Amino acid sequence: MQRERVIEVKDLVARYEEETIFDRISFEVYAGEIFVVLGGSGCGKSTLLKHLIGLIPPFSGKIRVAGTDISRHQEGQLDDLLTQIGVLYQSGALLGSMTLAENVALPICEYTSLTKDSIQKLVKMKLTLMNLGDYADYLPSQISGGMKKRAGLARAMALNPQILFFDEPSAGLDPVTAAELDNLIIHLNETFGTTMVIVTHELESIFTVAHRVIMLDKNTKGIIAEGDPRYLRDHSQNRFVKQFFNRLAGGVENLPVQEA
Amino acid sequence: MNEPEHISRCRYQVEETKDGGLTLHLKGQISASNAAHMIKILENALTPQAGGSVVVDLSEVAHLDDYGVLVLSEIKLRALKEKADFRLQNISDKINKTLSMYDFDTLGKVDRLPGSPKRFSLFTRLGEATIRQASEVKYMVSFLGSVCFALLHVCLHPRSLRRDDMYTCMQKTGVDALPIVGLISFLMGLIMAFMSSVQLQQFGANIYVASLVSLAMTRELGPIMTAIIVAGRSGSAFAAEIGTMKISEEVDALFTMGFDPTRFLVTPKIIASVIVVPLLTIFSDLFAIMGGLIVGVFTLDLTANAYITQTLKTLDLFDVMLGFFKSAVFALLISWIGCLRGFRVRGGAASVGEATTSAVVSGIFLIVFFNSIFSVILRYWE
Repeated sequence: MQRERVIEVKDLVARYEEETIFDRISFEVYAGEIFVVLGGSGCGKSTLLKHLIGLIPPFSGKIRVAGTDISRHQEGQLDDLLTQIGVLYQSGALLGSMTLAENVALPICEYTSLTKDSIQKLVKMKLTLMNLGDYADYLPSQISGGMKKRAGLARAMALNPQILFFDEPSAGLDPVTAAELDNLIIHLNETFGTTMVIVTHELESIFTVAHRVIMLDKNTKGIIAEGDPRYLRDHSQNRFVKQFFNRLAGGVENLPVQEA
Repeated sequence: MNEPEHISRCRYQVEETKDGGLTLHLKGQISASNAAHMIKILENALTPQAGGSVVVDLSEVAHLDDYGVLVLSEIKLRALKEKADFRLQNISDKINKTLSMYDFDTLGKVDRLPGSPKRFSLFTRLGEATIRQASEVKYMVSFLGSVCFALLHVCLHPRSLRRDDMYTCMQKTGVDALPIVGLISFLMGLIMAFMSSVQLQQFGANIYVASLVSLAMTRELGPIMTAIIVAGRSGSAFAAEIGTMKISEEVDALFTMGFDPTRFLVTPKIIASVIVVPLLTIFSDLFAIMGGLIVGVFTLDLTANAYITQTLKTLDLFDVMLGFFKSAVFALLISWIGCLRGFRVRGGAASVGEATTSAVVSGIFLIVFFNSIFSVILRYWE
């Protein structure tokens, strides 16, 4: 059965000034799956995410998201695509001068012609889904880090996009909150069929939520593993992959690449 | 002799061996509080001879941390410098582990402190600075373009303007600035009248103080002083606000939600400034004239009526309109450069600080520069 490809990346090269971050990587993300991008520190996973959401134009290569080629785009042409995606940034990236309700309402006001009343009701529903129903009129500075993330997620989901991107969602969260966020991700994916692309290196989350992963590597500047994380943990022959999934120390940074 | 407590935690004894070598017995603990002192003492106490050996006996050292390792490595370097052999003896297991943790065997001379930048030649630095400046100019031109398009968009789709943001900005930039602008203008009018009266009194021409104050303020000083105050208050605020939003990824979030950060953040600020700053300028003109009036009435024997009549006689609508127009241009410049510096922030708090400072300084420069251009134009127009 051919599954629909919502994201296609082909021969993507990313560079920052003189340095190549990754060199000709290719992968696909299928509709409805929870896809995790992982790797050690400095492997370029956040950079990859920024490429996928259109913040950085690639040095070369092609990226198709929801059918649109975003690798060569003019300003303003991405608007349609951007309503199909939602992004949860690492710290939530809520606009500090607006309340949670105003933050979530922002994309809804801009892209729908619903009345103010309808929008308010919708916002309340979305915040309640994230257990933030009572905090609608709070400012971001008045709530905790975990709550900021949930509010950021509510905003990312405002237009019920087909693809959600998460940048290190568990960063800075206590184990309980992180587990709750994982459950929320699974619940949203099962209920709405939203495709999810998560950048993370938290093993617990990866084993709990991921359907498929790719692992980036700083030394080879490419993808060194792809597939089911549990399978990779138990059966990978690659030393770095084994170390990562089994949480083994190894002074990886200093060792030269010996096997691929 | 009573040694201070922290020094006495480590004691040493230097023993000369028969073959011209030195054995250093250390006892106790070397830590952060006495490491520097130990290094100094041992440098003087140890005089290794070329070809001899330096042996450090650690049998009575119970515990060694990285400060201890540092002291040992200084001794080792000293020994190697004098071409003497260096050896440690009677090392406990624990100390051995510590030494290997810090890679003691390969510790050599540090030719450069980690983290200190390599010094490039003047030529290279000049080249790099030029390239940096060029990319700054490129961004400025590009941002100017974005702003022009954004303003055009608002003209064609007036409903798309974020009015609440604009009103908030008008309040902060305009209304909240009234006290300081009023005060400074009042004092300026006062001082101008006072200073000029010293000369004018000699000719019995006191009444011309009114002309001087009103003309100088409406044509030149009103617009400039008000604009400089606004640059300091609001130009910096725009840079700080947008800069902070940049580092907390709020600008990225706006982009991925499909908003144009320039239209969303910059347009309300620019329009608010252009509306409000000329009004502030008129306000400042009035306060300055009042300041002059006070001086005229209380020290120059002018009547309020005479002063005001002379002011109105001197002032042309053109003068007031000129000041109005100039301040609108200044407002445009201040808000443009303030927002630009904000968008250029990269990094953390220090970058926001730099952007804020730069917004004010650049704003003031642009004000003065454009004012000179206006003066030249007027010179040939009138």
